[in-house]
Amino acid sequence: MSDIADRVKKIVVEHLGVEEEKVTESASFIDDLGADSLDTVELVMAFEEEFGIEIPDDAAETIQTFGDAVKYIKEAQ
Amino acid sequence: MRRVVITGLGLVTPLACGVEESWKRLLDGESGADRIKSFDPSRVATTYACEVPRGDGSDGTFNPDDWMEPKEQRKVDTFIMYGMAAAIQAVRDSGWMPETDEDRERTGVMIGSGIGGLNTIAETAVLIKEKGPRRVSPFFIPSALINLVSGQVSIKYGFKGPNHAVVTACSTGAHAIGDAARLIQWGDAEVMVAGGCEASISEIGIAGFNACKALSTKRADDPKTASRPYDADRDGFVMGEGAGIVVLEEYEHAKARGAKIYAEVLGYGLSGDAYHITAPAEDGDGGFRAMKAALARAGLEPSDIDYINAHGTSTMADTIELAAVERLLGDAADTATMSSTKSSIGHLLGAAGSVEAIFCVLALRDQVAPPTINLDNPAVTPRLDLAPNAKRERKIDVALSNSFGFGGTNASLVIGKVKP
Repeated sequence: MSDIADRVKKIVVEHLGVEEEKVTESASFIDDLGADSLDTVELVMAFEEEFGIEIPDDAAETIQTFGDAVKYIKEAQ
Repeated sequence: MRRVVITGLGLVTPLACGVEESWKRLLDGESGADRIKSFDPSRVATTYACEVPRGDGSDGTFNPDDWMEPKEQRKVDTFIMYGMAAAIQAVRDSGWMPETDEDRERTGVMIGSGIGGLNTIAETAVLIKEKGPRRVSPFFIPSALINLVSGQVSIKYGFKGPNHAVVTACSTGAHAIGDAARLIQWGDAEVMVAGGCEASISEIGIAGFNACKALSTKRADDPKTASRPYDADRDGFVMGEGAGIVVLEEYEHAKARGAKIYAEVLGYGLSGDAYHITAPAEDGDGGFRAMKAALARAGLEPSDIDYINAHGTSTMADTIELAAVERLLGDAADTATMSSTKSSIGHLLGAAGSVEAIFCVLALRDQVAPPTINLDNPAVTPRLDLAPNAKRERKIDVALSNSFGFGGTNASLVIGKVKP
């Protein structure tokens, strides 16, 4: 697994209080990992902070799964 | 009128997290004051306060993990955490766990705070200045709003009745209990979880009260002696923090389910000073009228009062309240006991009234008045017994609790033993 994926997973585990095994490629933050809409806003902010990028609101809305997040951040960097 | 009784208690105080441990230490005359640990106080005039003891949860320490999931803790200011901890204790103590929709809809929450998420607001303001508004957490607002304690408690337990919050500075806790009792009397609910919580021991909180010249500043070398109500050498209040929450219940409802009934809310009185934003009226008229109204509601005479838990903050206002109480009681002042438990726990602001109402409940239960510690040299000669430096074992059938707040807002509660 790439370094980016590891760092994203660490943030998700910390913020949502879920076990690492549950954070799979297709795991949806809301449907599978127990996040609500405020949690997802906070997650995106944490990604921005960690990777020094800016994720616009319309792009943030497309980040629904762990895989989406890793893909977006790789392309943004 | 429907009767309202108290069936559950919860406390987070500077003496301990937990009702019995706080009460034991209070009766033993302990002080919760010490040098401030939660931030570096070297820039503010007052370097000491009564902070809730933190730890692993043993020996009366407060461990946030015992009360909220770690991921939930990040979403709330400390005042909400204290409120949740005390509310959970009170609900457990009451044994009330509604199982039907109807029972859930007849159970409400009214928990207030004097200032709410002050430190969260301060930290977020600094964050905006340093990093810009995009870095503001989506949990900032729900973490700081005062009514979110009531919201969080209702969500945790599914209590779908009236959901309300009180904000009347240092009268908050007493107003919350009194107003919630009235909702039960009027039939809006059968059960109410009520009280106040506060967590304002932060640089901005201390600096703000220092600017009002309200806090003690002269006892950095011996903080445990700084809160000294009625004493000639008092020089301001010592800030406390924590929460006091009760479960209030309609009397027949409590009896029908075989609940443990601690006491009855017999009377509640409110008044305004219409005088000054931070100082009480010099003749104590506002407090006097609140007490008188509470007694009238209770249908009692001044001579029926055995114990008074005073507002007594360790400021110049102590003697104003003392004079008002003695005026109310007349000759009965010679036989009643009044103490200020703020001498031990400091001033818990929005939580003070409800914490002190709980101390009244325990005083009724155990027939003992807690002491006013550090009262070595009274500023005036009182008619009332102020229980200086030692608890007073005595008959207590009726207790009165006073709370007075900035803005000239006064509340008095009369709490008594339940008569069948």
